[in-house]
Amino acid sequence: MIEFQKKSVVLIVKIQGEIDHHCAAILREKIEKEFQKSDTKHLIFDFKDVTFMDSSGIGMVIGRYKSVMAYGGKTVVANANEKVSQIFQMAGMQRIIPQYASVTEALKAIGGVKNAV
Amino acid sequence: MQYENEMTVQFKAISENEAFARVTAATFVSQLNPTVSDITDIKTAVSEAVTNAIIHGYENKDGIVSLFCGYIKDKVTIIVTDKGKGIPNIEQARQPLYTSKPELERSGMGFTVMETFMDSMIVESVEGVGTKITMVKVINREAFL
Repeated sequence: MIEFQKKSVVLIVKIQGEIDHHCAAILREKIEKEFQKSDTKHLIFDFKDVTFMDSSGIGMVIGRYKSVMAYGGKTVVANANEKVSQIFQMAGMQRIIPQYASVTEALKAIGGVKNAV
Repeated sequence: MQYENEMTVQFKAISENEAFARVTAATFVSQLNPTVSDITDIKTAVSEAVTNAIIHGYENKDGIVSLFCGYIKDKVTIIVTDKGKGIPNIEQARQPLYTSKPELERSGMGFTVMETFMDSMIVESVEGVGTKITMVKVINREAFL
């Protein structure tokens, strides 16, 4: 359902499967816990294996953005499919949480990450 | 209205049933051989309506949510009904980014998503009685090979 990978000060959160209200509550808890203990600053959401998302995903991502921002970090989204991007854009989320076509691009964009890829 | 085909399911207002409801609706509508995009739109809209019934209608207390799906030719009608607390101000609830429950990390985009992904959406609600969401979408059929 969720995989974590640490690249320097970036925590990559790979979500697998569906994101609805039911799953969002579980994801929120797991990501918060991992982010606190991982000693990272920035967060990349990898949506490559997300098969479904409703508006609960917006709240879940923005909630983490707020946590990460509290430590001065950045949050970005990678690999979101067309429908997922459409839902994020409806909420105007791209203004605060940029989207990238791949994790590699997202890592570059966050910047300052040595040996990141 | 006389539908060519229709179905109704009722289920307990618990979050586990959000996936059940959207998959049930998608399976029923798949008889029309819609495009993957249309199926995703319907799944998303059903998920939003059912989530609203659970979180806002019943506020996570006991209750029953009803899901109706029917079609005539390519026109699909989906109705999600709850007997929960009702919406005090429908116009406000339909505004993008408005949420009565920001503490639950709700984005306030549920109705906007339903309106965007379906062709029409009607919200009927009476405080203390319940809420009925009626959505219609004319689907595009997948071309036969």
